[in-house]
Amino acid sequence: MTAPFRGTTPQQRDPQALVAKPIFDWFFAFAVVAVIVLYVRALAFTPPDALQGLAQKIYYVHIAAWLGAYTAIGITALMSIVYLWLHDERADRLGEASAEVGLVFLTVGLTTGTIWAHRIWGAWWVWWDMRLTLTLFLWFIVAAYLVLRGGIEDPGMRGRYSAVLAVLAALLIPFIHLSVYLFSARLHPMPVALQPGRPKMSPEMLTTFLGSFVAFIILCIALIRARYRLGVLRDIASAAEIDGDAR
Amino acid sequence: MNELRAPGTLSAAWLLARKDLAIEFRTRTAFFSALVFAILALCIFYFAWDQSIVAPSELAPGVLWVVLTFSALLGLQRSFGLEEHDRGIDALLVSPVSRESIYLGKAIGNLLFLSAIQAVTIPALALFYNLPVGRPLLVVTGIVLLAMIGIVAVGTLFSAMAVNTRMAELLLPMLSLPFFVPILMSAAQIATRTLAGRPMSESAPYLKILIAFDVVFVVACTLAFPFTLEE
Amino acid sequence: MPSAFPAVDVSGVSRTFGRRRAVDGVDLTLHAGDCLALFGPNGAGKTTLMRVVAGLLTPTTGSVHVGGRSLRGDAAARAQVGLISHQSMLYRALTARENVEFAAKLYGVPDPRAAAMRALERIRIADRADSPVRALSRGLQQRVSIARAIVHEPSVVLLDEPYTGLDAAGGAALTDMLHLLRAAGASMILVTHNVEEGLAVASHAAVMIAGRIVRRDTCALVDARTYAGEYRALVVA
Repeated sequence: MTAPFRGTTPQQRDPQALVAKPIFDWFFAFAVVAVIVLYVRALAFTPPDALQGLAQKIYYVHIAAWLGAYTAIGITALMSIVYLWLHDERADRLGEASAEVGLVFLTVGLTTGTIWAHRIWGAWWVWWDMRLTLTLFLWFIVAAYLVLRGGIEDPGMRGRYSAVLAVLAALLIPFIHLSVYLFSARLHPMPVALQPGRPKMSPEMLTTFLGSFVAFIILCIALIRARYRLGVLRDIASAAEIDGDAR
Repeated sequence: MNELRAPGTLSAAWLLARKDLAIEFRTRTAFFSALVFAILALCIFYFAWDQSIVAPSELAPGVLWVVLTFSALLGLQRSFGLEEHDRGIDALLVSPVSRESIYLGKAIGNLLFLSAIQAVTIPALALFYNLPVGRPLLVVTGIVLLAMIGIVAVGTLFSAMAVNTRMAELLLPMLSLPFFVPILMSAAQIATRTLAGRPMSESAPYLKILIAFDVVFVVACTLAFPFTLEE
Repeated sequence: MPSAFPAVDVSGVSRTFGRRRAVDGVDLTLHAGDCLALFGPNGAGKTTLMRVVAGLLTPTTGSVHVGGRSLRGDAAARAQVGLISHQSMLYRALTARENVEFAAKLYGVPDPRAAAMRALERIRIADRADSPVRALSRGLQQRVSIARAIVHEPSVVLLDEPYTGLDAAGGAALTDMLHLLRAAGASMILVTHNVEEGLAVASHAAVMIAGRIVRRDTCALVDARTYAGEYRALVVA
């Protein structure tokens, strides 16, 4: 077995330099600007959808948020495997940061999804929509991941437990997907005219749409990066606390 | 000194399971509380629906799965709690017994515990909800067994994790329930069809999911268990 | 038992929890029949070291070998070790005999029931064999725990504060048992606060402070009273 922790610890990378850095995060600011630019374009300069009207505008948040969520959760799953393999605490911290950001994006995706469903399908929640149902269960699993992490003091154990949960959840997703699919296929055929994933788009809409993907991926990475750095600072702070106890 | 022959994986697992059941038999608290809970829940659910709209026999499968899930959580809760109290788990870990057999032993113990509860709950369900006794009920019992294997496989692992955290009582359901979703969805579908007298071929895809889940998670959780131990 | 390997070989062992370093570069070698008394104040890392030696914790750096083998993943090597720790490791609902018998079965001891009774007799608690553990006092539970740890006649015995909670009779029974085990060729590490008690049974002594071994002695060459005074001075400093 390998030792619980390996790799560069934050102390070795000179904590003073990290702490002394200015609060202003240029990358995060860039992400915010990108999102603002995108929405000005989406709301003011992109024509509304012929069929769905203004409700279609929610796509520019909704689909992009899901993309961000799945990116973040994918990173968590990947980092969990890396952690179980190499026991590198950086993988653990990145996994945690991505999970938290993923939960935020999932929440945005679910909220906008229900609003859209209400407007177009006439119901706030539809169990037979696979994406909505699957995302809801994903939300529960990510929430459990974060609660689990909050309940463990020892960093090594916290890393291993949450990584085990993430890996098992990766195995679980296909099963939920399959059973929700069978469940919904029996009840309702998918609405063909209003497939939310395949709207008929004008070139302007498509540009805005792809732009929203780019803006949200940048935002997702900026948030994960900021959260990761917070994790580093927190670990330095708790180490300082322990050093203080020892003296 | 002497070279002893330590028990193999399966005999060690059975040794552990028997020890857990002996403790259970001696104290009986968890068993009785889970059993009383299960039957009480059966009765309460009966009144939660309007019987003039939904026939009790149509309600029965749903009630069965809800009761199964929550009585399983009650039993799983104490599985590793038992080891934690005076660190009995340490004695197991320093012994020549393998980590996999510790997990399997715990899982077998939990499966038998849960089976004993279901052995009373299913007849009680048939009694209270006027289910016809016969082949469909037997098929449902088989499905319950398949569902329990999956529930116990995942639940035993999470029980081992939850005891080492603060708020173990909250975490075990929170971790386990999302994993029970595919089991419950498919098991409930099969049970509803079977009790409605539909042919078994209609339930085949659900049965496949159930069996695949059992196989995948028994293997995955056995492999994952060593990671949940202190290192 | 002549062997090319030392009974216990701890080399360069460190163990950190997060960023806290509980054990810091410890080297220890025990030959067959050696008994090391390990003294140290609370929080010195003695218990962590014992758990690393027992294979319950992996060392962050360094290695532990028992009879030339690593305990992790080697069932036959683990079968040679007995551990007595702070916690009793007993199941409260089962009787004393059932607990010890269960341990004997884990190790594949032939005729586990008879072996369990023998172990309970050695620590003089056979008369309470059929009492459930929860009905026994702390000191009696400790005796059952000791019986559980030696039922498979280990060649290496790790004792973490074994005298805690024992009354005079229990302490005497334990001391007698340790002498018998040593005579049979077993090696031991005995962690304790009590210098007189430790020196009475040990062949070697070491003092551990803040994760490091700061002093080593051979028991035959030290005077118990002087040693106790010097130890106190070390701990206070």
